[in-house]
Amino acid sequence: MAQLPLGLVGSFRHLDSLLEAIERLRQAGHQHLRTLSPVPHHAIDEALAKPPSPVRVFTLIGCILGAITGLALTVGASLHYPLITGGKPIVSIPPFLIIVFELTILFGGLLTLAGMLLHARLPRVHILPAYDPRFSEDRFGLWVRCEAKDFDAVGELLRRAGAEEVRPAGE
Amino acid sequence: MAQPTYSQVDRDILGAMEAPGWRYYTVFLVNLLVLGWGIFAWRYTIERGLGVWGLTHPVMWAMDITNFVFWVGIAHSGTLISAILYLFRVRWRASIYRTAEAVTVFALFTAGLFPIIHLGRPWFFYWLLPYPQVGGLWINFRSPLVWDVFAVMTYMIISVLFFFTGLVPDVAVARNRTSGWRHRLYAFLAQGWQGTDRQWRHYKAAYLFLAALATPLVISVHSVVSWDFAQSIVPGWHSTIFAPYFVAGAIHSGLAMVITLLIPLRRIFRLDAYVTQAHLENLAKLIILTGLIVGYAYVVESYIAWYSNNVPEWQRFLYQVTGEYAVPFWIMILFNSLVPLLFFVKRIRTSTPWLFGIAILINIGMWCERFVIIVTGLAHEYDPYSWGLFIPTWVDISITVGSFAWFFFWFLLFAKFLPVVSIVEVKEEMPPPMRAGKVEA
Repeated sequence: MAQLPLGLVGSFRHLDSLLEAIERLRQAGHQHLRTLSPVPHHAIDEALAKPPSPVRVFTLIGCILGAITGLALTVGASLHYPLITGGKPIVSIPPFLIIVFELTILFGGLLTLAGMLLHARLPRVHILPAYDPRFSEDRFGLWVRCEAKDFDAVGELLRRAGAEEVRPAGE
Repeated sequence: MAQPTYSQVDRDILGAMEAPGWRYYTVFLVNLLVLGWGIFAWRYTIERGLGVWGLTHPVMWAMDITNFVFWVGIAHSGTLISAILYLFRVRWRASIYRTAEAVTVFALFTAGLFPIIHLGRPWFFYWLLPYPQVGGLWINFRSPLVWDVFAVMTYMIISVLFFFTGLVPDVAVARNRTSGWRHRLYAFLAQGWQGTDRQWRHYKAAYLFLAALATPLVISVHSVVSWDFAQSIVPGWHSTIFAPYFVAGAIHSGLAMVITLLIPLRRIFRLDAYVTQAHLENLAKLIILTGLIVGYAYVVESYIAWYSNNVPEWQRFLYQVTGEYAVPFWIMILFNSLVPLLFFVKRIRTSTPWLFGIAILINIGMWCERFVIIVTGLAHEYDPYSWGLFIPTWVDISITVGSFAWFFFWFLLFAKFLPVVSIVEVKEEMPPPMRAGKVEA
């Protein structure tokens, strides 16, 4: 069996304990951290110092694609079946802009979802071994990737920061 | 009230999802019977043709288009509360937005049916969509009805997406606390959510962008719906104020519907700690705003009818206020723009019976508004020779009543199977648990 990355997961009752643990672990040189929390909190993001989510790029691309699709669809379809109605030009831009607008929103929304699923690695069939139902309720979890020989040191660090419980869990 | 803990929030909100009692089943069954009757009326329409409705030349759009506009309007307040107030960081939206958003989704399910019901051959509804076919015939993109298809479908897709995205972390909580088929349902909806920092980071970003996309969308949808009318040359329809007038009216009716549903919901599921009187009061204040805008639109519309010195426009206005449809017209004026002004009185907007009563009156008033706009416009066009009168038949009324049952069918299922209050957002609004003696960093 391939060697799975090992790690320890600590369970915290308080948010500030979690933040303290993150800070200490990062100072000790552990960069493979993962939090599991019932609510998002900007302090966690700041402590982990992660870059902003790239989902917004997906939104932008989706919106641009939607606008192009809307324009291509309306202009293309009208030219393909050129039927004059109400004495208006075949390619009537003002009404077509409504379709362009709607498709901009639609594609933007769909790609935002796709971007989120892709980056958040969802849907996920296997729940992480580090996960505990309490992490969706009222506990904050912190998973650290570390080798078995470091378990004692990291466990001690987690406990000193205020972890109620520390257990080994793979990725 | 003492601040509840995180697990208290879970217990309280998931508590509403416990096995329902006989009252729920009774309501559900009665609702199902009404829905069945509505479906029977639609089946009857398909079998006999649209002639079984009260439609008569020149009133070829009547109750079902009224229902379409009404239900699309109901949808709007949900997006206002869930997306627009989210962008403005309005904190009190947290515990009511889920219900409001459910109203949006189910109102759109209902609204989307009506254009299809109105088709003589509803099984050809896909002709509304642009798709390449043998004849090379495409839909007419210059037609407001086609804009409508795009606007309403986009709105429906984005709302459903927004609704289910918002649900993911909450159903993960439900997943952890249930067993059996319910567990499988929630596990499916949660899509393996674990609340890791990576998931939250991308989730929050996506949620923000969905809200930002939904905001202009919601304004566009009822504008496009209003252009179904305003783009024509029917007196009383051909007006530039229609788009803002419809959007304000939509939010007005939607807020009233949200109040109508929240009041029994918080009572039955004992969610008073989360959906407080303050929430309802804030909604009532929003109703004052939309009510004033709607009232202003009524005044401007009448004024322009007179000031334009346009004979058909003015006689149509006179017909509206004194003709056969004067009763729904005066109901609309009274219930939409005058009765909501009572909310200026604090004692009225903080009293549950008053709130509930006024919300229902606004619902009635807004339905009448749609009816008045559509039917009186068509009944009294230019040529007196071709004036006509629409009188609803039992089929019209049955389909209308059935549409309410269809809406409540979904809402009743939602109330029992999904968290009606967003667990995560309520927790987010609470101060996070800190070690004793320390305040939030």
